[in-house]
Amino acid sequence: MTALVEIKHLAKSYKRGEQVVPVLHDITLDIARGDFISLMGPSGSGKSTLLNLIAGIDKPDRGVLRVDGVDITELGEGELADWRASHIGFIFQFYNLMPVLSAFENVELPLQLTNLSRAERRARVALTLGMVGLADRMDHYPNELSGGQQQRVAIARAIVTDPTILVCDEPTGDLDRHSAADVLDMLKRLNADLGKTIIMVTHDAHAAEAARRMVHLEKGELSGGEG
Amino acid sequence: MFYLKLILKNVFRAKLRTGLTLAGLVIAVMAFGLLQTVVDAWFAGANASSNARMITRNAISLVFPMPAYYRERIKAIPAVKSVSHSQWFGGIYKEPKNFFPQFAVDHENYFEMFPEFLFKPEELLAFKRDRQGAVVGRKLADQFGWKVGDTVPIRGTIFPGEWQFTIRAIYDGRDEVALTRQFYFHWDYINEWLKKRFPRRADQIGVFNIEVSDPTRTAEVARAIDAEFKNSLAETLTETEKAFQLGFVAQMETIVLAIRVVSFVVIFIIMAVVANTMAMTARERIVEYATLKALGFSPRFVAGLVFGEAMMLSLIGAGLGILLTFPVAAGFADSPAGAIFAAFKVNGMTVWMQWACAIVVGLVAALVPGWRSARIRIVEGLRHVG
Ligand SMILES: Nc1ncnc2c1ncn2[C@@H]1O[C@H](COP(=O)(O)OP(=O)(O)O)[C@@H](O)[C@H]1O
Ligand SMILES: [Mg+2]
Repeated sequence: MTALVEIKHLAKSYKRGEQVVPVLHDITLDIARGDFISLMGPSGSGKSTLLNLIAGIDKPDRGVLRVDGVDITELGEGELADWRASHIGFIFQFYNLMPVLSAFENVELPLQLTNLSRAERRARVALTLGMVGLADRMDHYPNELSGGQQQRVAIARAIVTDPTILVCDEPTGDLDRHSAADVLDMLKRLNADLGKTIIMVTHDAHAAEAARRMVHLEKGELSGGEG
Repeated sequence: MFYLKLILKNVFRAKLRTGLTLAGLVIAVMAFGLLQTVVDAWFAGANASSNARMITRNAISLVFPMPAYYRERIKAIPAVKSVSHSQWFGGIYKEPKNFFPQFAVDHENYFEMFPEFLFKPEELLAFKRDRQGAVVGRKLADQFGWKVGDTVPIRGTIFPGEWQFTIRAIYDGRDEVALTRQFYFHWDYINEWLKKRFPRRADQIGVFNIEVSDPTRTAEVARAIDAEFKNSLAETLTETEKAFQLGFVAQMETIVLAIRVVSFVVIFIIMAVVANTMAMTARERIVEYATLKALGFSPRFVAGLVFGEAMMLSLIGAGLGILLTFPVAAGFADSPAGAIFAAFKVNGMTVWMQWACAIVVGLVAALVPGWRSARIRIVEGLRHVG
């Protein structure tokens, strides 16, 4: 069986003024469908950069990056946006909810890009908010919710379109221990019960344990823990 | 609609900033409308004139008079149906701020030339019979609460002294542009007084009002009159009443031009204000816009949010500004300052221009922030610390 995500000899550098700062050198990694992988490493090691490349919000300099058989490095900006809308669910460290939208409307947001009817959208949003235990908070605005609750809304927003992969960048980085445990539990359940493929960046060893597999990134190179 | 809801919610997010920007927009759009109305009112006065009426004045300047005997010689020119005359009086009623135009006219036939002034026949007759009688327009009478029979004291400036006039007639305007803020009385009354006090200033005429029998012959009549007085002590300049009024406006042209320029400067300033608001707004929302793009929303969607917000802001401001323009213009029209205009009315074109300005302001204000927001690189936007 071929991997869901195939990464071969991937490289990425940033330009800072005149200077070229290499961030990722020659990354090769496969991620199987249904896997839950945690990407560990010290701050600045390039974890977010790798995750962003897989999520299709950044472009590599070199290498192959195939997701579900599609080489996403070949896609144009518009195609890539459509591809993200249907394949990627994002979970950010600071939730990144729209402050002017209620929990319900935030979760509905990605569905605005589909051609589901209003009734179908409402049904889906209600179901998804129920799954993350926020059925009673639908009409609350982000600033009326705790950090843990906001991250659960963000999880609902990420899974409401039923994407191929969930990408999580430090999803517990801004949460207290209790809320963090909740969020990790939820991710584990999404992986175990619904078979969601999850890629999670974290520098917290405790959080990383929630995953099935750990990958270490050090100075732009993968080291140990793989397999 | 989702788009509209998002835009509306965004507009009223930073309440203080939106409130201040809106206040600026309301004032700017209203000021623009009022200034345009001032310009319109200048020209409306000229357009209200009859095509068959002409005015002869001293060729050197309006302030120089002409001898009264010119009248008979003008009368003799072909196609001249009737001749009357009027003299600017320039007196003060109680206080200078109560300004209204006053004219000493030939009481016998002056008003026959102005069918747009509607009289009660018995009142007009009473005016003609009273040497100290006066005729006032309806708006002026209403402004000071005058009734027929009231005595009005006026302090002369060009004709020094305390003058007393008794209102004998109040006329209405046939239409909105007819001037009904004027005050008329007998030229004879003034002239008798001049004969006694300043004989050398007596029997002098400010302007002759001429009615021609055929409006197509005004050019010919004007040439004939001016030729008649060529090389005499007071050479004349004859033109149609409309041209005369426009000439008067032309003297004011610099002012009118300045008013026009100012009205657009006002719009330009508010454009900068709204652009600044939009720039601040867009900068604060970088993370949100980057998130929307990450979720798969197009750059066009993001640009649309910025444009929509700027447009919503401008249109709300313009709507309120336009609504306010009407009562403020009405208030001005009823004030003494508004007395110099026959009709100070906001017209449809002005309202369209106000809307158009709002649309331009919205578009221009959103241009740079909209472009920038649409072009945000997602990873950089997400790394941005608001
Ligand atoms: N847009 C960018 N422009 C310039 N440098 C960047 C950019 N994004 C990341 N970097 C640099 O790349 C390196 C890796 O960043 P990142 O992937 O965010 O690390 P991590 O998530 O492991 O902390 C850092 O040195 C960072 O400063
Ligand atoms: Mg990171």
